[in-house]
Amino acid sequence: MSMVPTLLKVEGLSKSYGGVHAVRSVSFELRAGEILALIGPNGAGKSTCFDMLNGQNMPDSGRIHLLGEDTVGRKPRAIWRLGVGRTFQITATFPTMTVRENVQVALVSYGRQLFNFWGSTAAYAREEAGRLLDLVGMGAYAERPCGELAYGDLKRLELAIALANQPRLLLMDEPTAGMAPRERIELMRLTASIAREQSIGVLFTEHDMDVVFEHADRILVLNRGSLIAEGSPEEVRGNPQVRAIYLGEGLVYDARHREGAGA
Amino acid sequence: MAFYFVQFLTGLASAASLFLVASGLSIIFGVTRIVNFAHGAFYMLGAYVAFTLTERFSGALGFWGGIVVAALIVAIIGVLVEMVLLRRIYHAPELFQLLATFGLTLMVQDIVVMIWGPDDLLGRRAPGFKGAVDFFGQNIPSYDLFLIALCPIVLGILWLLFQRTRWGVLVRAATQDRDMVAALGVNQKWLFTSVFALGVFLAALGGALQIPRDAVHHALDLRIIVEVFVVVVIGGLGSIIGAFVAAVLVSELNAFGILIFPKISIILVFLVMAVVLIVRPWGLFGKPEAAARRTPGLTVTPWRPLTSGERLMSLGALVLAAMMPLFAGNYALTVGSEIAIFVIFAASLHFLMSVGGLASFGHAAYFGLGAYGVAFLAKAAGLPMIVSLLLGPVLGLLGAAIFGFFAVQLSGVYFAMLTLAFAQIVWSIAFQWVEVTGGDNGILGVWPERWAASPANFYWLSLGITALVVTVLRVMVFSPFGFALRATRDSPLRSEAIGINGKRVQWTAFVISGTVAGIGGALFAYLKGSVFPDSVGISLSVDALVMVLLGGVETVSGAVIGAIVFKAANIWLVSQTDLSKLVLGGFIVLMVVAFPKGIVGTLETIRNRRRSADTKSALATSRIEVAE
Repeated sequence: MSMVPTLLKVEGLSKSYGGVHAVRSVSFELRAGEILALIGPNGAGKSTCFDMLNGQNMPDSGRIHLLGEDTVGRKPRAIWRLGVGRTFQITATFPTMTVRENVQVALVSYGRQLFNFWGSTAAYAREEAGRLLDLVGMGAYAERPCGELAYGDLKRLELAIALANQPRLLLMDEPTAGMAPRERIELMRLTASIAREQSIGVLFTEHDMDVVFEHADRILVLNRGSLIAEGSPEEVRGNPQVRAIYLGEGLVYDARHREGAGA
Repeated sequence: MAFYFVQFLTGLASAASLFLVASGLSIIFGVTRIVNFAHGAFYMLGAYVAFTLTERFSGALGFWGGIVVAALIVAIIGVLVEMVLLRRIYHAPELFQLLATFGLTLMVQDIVVMIWGPDDLLGRRAPGFKGAVDFFGQNIPSYDLFLIALCPIVLGILWLLFQRTRWGVLVRAATQDRDMVAALGVNQKWLFTSVFALGVFLAALGGALQIPRDAVHHALDLRIIVEVFVVVVIGGLGSIIGAFVAAVLVSELNAFGILIFPKISIILVFLVMAVVLIVRPWGLFGKPEAAARRTPGLTVTPWRPLTSGERLMSLGALVLAAMMPLFAGNYALTVGSEIAIFVIFAASLHFLMSVGGLASFGHAAYFGLGAYGVAFLAKAAGLPMIVSLLLGPVLGLLGAAIFGFFAVQLSGVYFAMLTLAFAQIVWSIAFQWVEVTGGDNGILGVWPERWAASPANFYWLSLGITALVVTVLRVMVFSPFGFALRATRDSPLRSEAIGINGKRVQWTAFVISGTVAGIGGALFAYLKGSVFPDSVGISLSVDALVMVLLGGVETVSGAVIGAIVFKAANIWLVSQTDLSKLVLGGFIVLMVVAFPKGIVGTLETIRNRRRSADTKSALATSRIEVAE
């Protein structure tokens, strides 16, 4: 395990809004090829954490090392250039383009052709776009208008777009939100197989515990901004604090308190 | 010292009307999310109606009663407008709302001239406030002092209305989340109507209160609306306090700016606006807007390059157009050149507006800058025509580079208001800097050289440049840059997440678009042989918007078709009627309500529907065959 490079190293990440500590002193690491789930109840700080990793939100303190570089204060597009793919909780695609064109735009950007005024986009990296679409099972829909796609297909398209810059790390915010149960499992299975094959690290947040426990190599549990547990699915499943949070036994406050005292 | 204090008070007095109109605009925007372009028209109507009433009824009661009744009458007109027109377009993209309310403004301009005549009207002095107060040897009109006192009183009344009444609570709630208010069972229709009535009342009151200070004339509407846009951009749309502070700020800048730069005092306001926009893009008291509705947002059919058949057809049309000098007379050829030039202008706006999703309401600025550029080079520097034609548009490029940098920091209605304000600044400079631009008299004698002087030759020149420009823009639409631009328009979030620097892409598009508009303007200067401030005017900017809209905002070829149809109809209309603004305004309103896809968009829809009907029937037959 020690031979596998660390992709992401987070140390003491904190963010507060007014008096509310949305995220407090969170630290963790992610290695290449590893699938790491970030879970926790609503308001635990998952999205704030994610936005800080992605460059959409500035942490109050703490360090983020992405692929060997300090990325605090960098813009999302700069972080993308380092080799980070991103999918959103609510899909963000280009509805007035075809499915293939959606991927081609990302490839254009990756090839640094954004300020090419004379070429033909239709011909640019056509095969590569097709290959990425085939990879996520969307090859047959390549010429369809993106605005006509069903939600599950949009999620797949987003994955193809996120893979366009040959990322070494994927950040996926609730990748299966809003999908039917069968689609969820298919999408995560697909993501996991691509990640393992290409040795891409994946960090994802998720509410569906079936998805989490089936696919994550390791799980981080956030509650009220603090990391309260970390470990393999089995370890986390057996953790009494986590059980308390998810089963709502009224021990949440105590659990957090003890964690804070221990740290 | 006393002089400066009096200047300060004059500024405060001017702020009163500005605040009334701006707060009305802000309140309406807060609840209905419509930027009411017609607000200046309501202001002007208030002034005219108050003029009539105060002339008819004498005495203090006649005057003050007349002012309030005038505002009420205009508010009732506003209610009618809201019920008949705005209710149909609350869910339309904001570009359409701006255009529809602009159409109203145009109509009101002609109606006002029909009723009150084209001359300036001098209103009465206010009873009880006719004199002046002496302040260390300087005179302050007592009416100014009245206005200065009125401003905070109105602010206080509005505050009480919004904080202390049930209606005010509903309005504040709707400003935060209209869907939630609707879900709670509040009758939105009447809430919207009453808010609109209040906003219009404030605008009309602002106009009515101006009559003792200022002559009433039919260009008041555009003058005030531009200032109001500047005020709400600085203060923040939707904030009444913001409107108050910014109205005072802008009026004071005007009052003192005139001392520093007597000719171009508006420069000072512009500088302040630029600083505010960099520091707080959503205004001093505004809140960052949630992501705007997708512009234009009517269809999702992806764009396709022309098929080889369509290319052949376009080439055929061009050859046909090029044959026009063989059979058409000189007048027709001049009209043909003008249409070609407006195709360039419309295509340049289309690139920014349809491809980039940035609806500029002041695109004439860059057209006009190109025209002035040519005039300076040809007249002042005496350069040959070819050189002037090539270098003239550079002025458009420079203008677009400077203004565009600020404009692309914003989007949606803010972008529209800002571009309009910029265009108005360029217009003021062209109008006021007489030594350089000739002011209202323009620059005359910009004639083409001998080789291009005959109508046929000039027509070929215009047509050739138009064909070239339209082709280049079309190639760019389908180039990687064009896709990056569309990506930024479609989803700023996703385009940032795939490494696209959206602001830089949009700025580049703005510069391209402004340069192309400048090319159109350069040709226009030679066609007319002169340049006037009109080439920078708002009405020209709106013509361009209407051309793109008429052709179809969401199509690639719409601008070309729209420009040809609109310009031809416009030239014909002006020769037929004096009420061309009324007809044009009515036409814009009708188009927005009934025909939002434009000519090309409608044709494409029909074609797609037929195609999908074909595939469906084919599917049905194949199923039947299988069944058999």
